[in-house]
Amino acid sequence: MRFTLAWATLRRHPARTVLAVLGIAVAAALLLDMVMLSTGMRESFRGLLLTRGYQLRVSPKGTLPFDSEASIDGATAIVAALRAHPEITAVSPALGATLTLPFATLPSVFTLGLESDVQGDYQLEAGQDFPAPMRTTAPLSAIPAVVNRIFLQRSGRRLGDTLTVSAGLDAQLRTAARSQVIVLRGEGRFFYVPGETPVLAMPLASLRQLLGPGYADRMSLAMAAVRRTDSASVEATRAWIQTTQPRVTAISTETAIRQVEERLSYFRQLAFVLGAISLGIGFLLVATLVTLSVNERRGEIAVLRAIGTPRGGVLRQVLLEGLMLSGAGIVIGLGLGLFTARWLNGILRDFPGLPAAFNFFVWSADAAWQSLALLLVSGALAGLIPAWRAASLPIARALREDAIG
Amino acid sequence: MPLVDVVNTGSADRSAVIRCERVMRSYAMGDAMVHAVRGIDLEIRRGEFAAITGPSGCGKSTLLHLLGAVDVPSSGRVFINGRDTAQLRDAEATAFRLRHIGFVFQRFYLMPTLTAQENVELPLAEAGLRGTARRERAAELLAYVGLGDRRSHRPTQLSGGEQQRVAIARALANSPALILADEPTGELDAATGERLLELFAQLHRDGTTLVFVTHDAIVAKSAQRVIRLRDGEVAEDTGASS
Repeated sequence: MRFTLAWATLRRHPARTVLAVLGIAVAAALLLDMVMLSTGMRESFRGLLLTRGYQLRVSPKGTLPFDSEASIDGATAIVAALRAHPEITAVSPALGATLTLPFATLPSVFTLGLESDVQGDYQLEAGQDFPAPMRTTAPLSAIPAVVNRIFLQRSGRRLGDTLTVSAGLDAQLRTAARSQVIVLRGEGRFFYVPGETPVLAMPLASLRQLLGPGYADRMSLAMAAVRRTDSASVEATRAWIQTTQPRVTAISTETAIRQVEERLSYFRQLAFVLGAISLGIGFLLVATLVTLSVNERRGEIAVLRAIGTPRGGVLRQVLLEGLMLSGAGIVIGLGLGLFTARWLNGILRDFPGLPAAFNFFVWSADAAWQSLALLLVSGALAGLIPAWRAASLPIARALREDAIG
Repeated sequence: MPLVDVVNTGSADRSAVIRCERVMRSYAMGDAMVHAVRGIDLEIRRGEFAAITGPSGCGKSTLLHLLGAVDVPSSGRVFINGRDTAQLRDAEATAFRLRHIGFVFQRFYLMPTLTAQENVELPLAEAGLRGTARRERAAELLAYVGLGDRRSHRPTQLSGGEQQRVAIARALANSPALILADEPTGELDAATGERLLELFAQLHRDGTTLVFVTHDAIVAKSAQRVIRLRDGEVAEDTGASS
């Protein structure tokens, strides 16, 4: 009966109720989006780093992975030492370089030298990968390569086509030190490369050979996967690398995430402030509407009390109205929030320089339910003061004042 | 419709349902103090049909509120069914009103977005009656006040007289020992008011104790007993010696 009465009360002024529900829905959507934004970038970054299960990144001393063009010599020995460690299950060395292309629309391309059986940089989406045993330095007529879609679009080439890539370009003489024919065998989605950047991956050994003798044993980065993935075990392995390989910097995913979090702290603060504002707006909307409704119904509430509705009954009745408003707003806000998050994510992901697999808004059920539950509680609290006032009305005085009008 | 099943017929017992002893009630209105009721002694017996009348501002409604335990006297005592209302805690007074007193108001005070049936069900729900039993009881009461075919209508779809009948059905819901009505014909035209008074007379014949307030001396005459107030005091009581 209380539900029936609450529902009937809300229907009494449909336009006002609809507007209030929409207001709460907007507040709920904003809150949800802010929660998704504040946790989304961190989770997206974590997901990105752990895409292929590599918890550790090893880069030349004093640099972050691909933070500069620095590379380190003696890569084979370092990788062998890492692979020999009983806690390390896989090591993926990578070398980054820029190669020259014979296209006006695409004069150069960022190139990764990888070992395809352990690589953690891309996911093949079409065609074929280059074969795993390509660690040989023996020359091939055409080196197999995997590229991303933007490469194919900008170069006008298709899978199966061959082209010549060059290294060691002399800008003044317009000559390249070395050239190599490659065959485009596969199309991949590269996790860490911005979506708008063309990229090419080829066997590590082939890229070293192409870059010349100075690169015969170099790498830019190595990723390592450890057997036990708890923070302490990963940290122990990281410390071991740091101690035994003084020429490298080893960084764990957790550390990288911490560093990213520090850089994103302004974003999170902004999201927190906007989330708090939306929570406040929701609170005020419910409080305003329920207060208004209670003030209009003083006489009716006094009559309810006179005919035997206890104070607790009136309290529950008014609280229920606030909860119903909040609940309806939250349900609509959930849909609205997901829609706007998707839309905004699409816009933000187009920003240049962002990894293709990076998202700003990431759905986290726990965080979303917690924030929406917070809004529901806030709605209930907003209804509490007017509910208490309604329940505490002196019946005779309210009837007298209502009779006077 | 077997009326005895619908209303609380009480019994042959003619003891006092209400007893007022030197009741006074004052309240602040703005800066002024209003002494609405000034030392009233009164007794309403079981089965009585009484009208409290008098000019506007003489304390009629205030007295009715005191008789219905929605207000407590500034001094003096009001006993309902032998219980001193000033001694009742709020929850007790509420439960007491729910079980023993039915209210009818001048402005009907029906919940506008509930149907007639749902309005009558309100006090039944508070009393803990559930489901079919509650619906049947509400339907029975609406049939008793002549609105058996208007159960699903909302107050705005009913005439003033019909709304007041719904309010009476609501007041009768928990078979109270006493019905208190504040200007029940105040918002009705003469003919409708007359039919409503006939319904009150019917209730009285069926054994219900009724007290209503009216400023209209003619309406008051429909009651068995007339208590006339002036300046918060009983100026005349036709049943005082009975």
